[in-house]
Amino acid sequence: MARAATTTDAFNAIAEVSRRDILEILSGGEAAVGDIVGQLRLSQPQVSKHLGVLRAVDVVRCRTVGKRHLYRVNGAALRPVHDWVRTFEAHWNDRLDRLDDLLIELQQEDTQ
Amino acid sequence: MTTTRARHGSAVVTLPSDREILITRVFDAPAALVFKAWTTPELVRRWWGWESSPLVVCDIDLRPGGAWRYVTRDADGTELGWRGTYLEIEAPHRLVSTEVFEGHPEGEAQSTLTLTERDGTTSFSVTVLHASKENRDGHVASGMERGLQHSLDRVEDLLAELRGEPARTDVGGVR
Repeated sequence: MARAATTTDAFNAIAEVSRRDILEILSGGEAAVGDIVGQLRLSQPQVSKHLGVLRAVDVVRCRTVGKRHLYRVNGAALRPVHDWVRTFEAHWNDRLDRLDDLLIELQQEDTQ
Repeated sequence: MTTTRARHGSAVVTLPSDREILITRVFDAPAALVFKAWTTPELVRRWWGWESSPLVVCDIDLRPGGAWRYVTRDADGTELGWRGTYLEIEAPHRLVSTEVFEGHPEGEAQSTLTLTERDGTTSFSVTVLHASKENRDGHVASGMERGLQHSLDRVEDLLAELRGEPARTDVGGVR
């Protein structure tokens, strides 16, 4: 199966580890390309390219202040990724709740 | 169920790398008991499956190289199976095994259970390491489908209640 283009949706856009690193930096607040370059072992063109992919799927937005382009995370666009994992989590939580109930029962049996 | 006891925590799922799933939780019980509940067939049967989709097979040969196999059967008779081999056993703190959903035999993963006890509570973590990101994503997606089905069943139950019919019990099941 051919891989989908990186700009198809948020899932593909964040499938690359450098882009997740960039998002992690931006989750700390707005930053310019230079700020991101300073924190990652990537060149400025590489960071700009990754930001372009993230912007294409609206996961990152940009505003211009004077001559500076400032990038920030658009959390709403990451929602599908979040929901995807949370549903799996809810499933495991149900299962481990039952394990938790069993552990309580076993401990009560022990003390009787 | 109307249990009101406050639980010690809820499960947290994260994706620490492209190929991993990490599930963590805290239990108000010693590690030895959690390990026992995780590895004793009679006990696993009490929490791993669902009321309408219970475990009908729960084989555990707890030794390095030993096999395990779980099979659930729902009300329609549909059976789903998971199997694997135990690789490392260090009771009650660590258990490494392979695991694969029999419906997707090429998607074998390695699962590491870690239990760390402190002051009578146990930090639980399971790391599932897949051979590829595609397999990892497929695993999470299968949980999502099941989870959605589960939620839809809840809605059905609620609607049935509102109509004054007896509620169905719950279904679903994915490792």
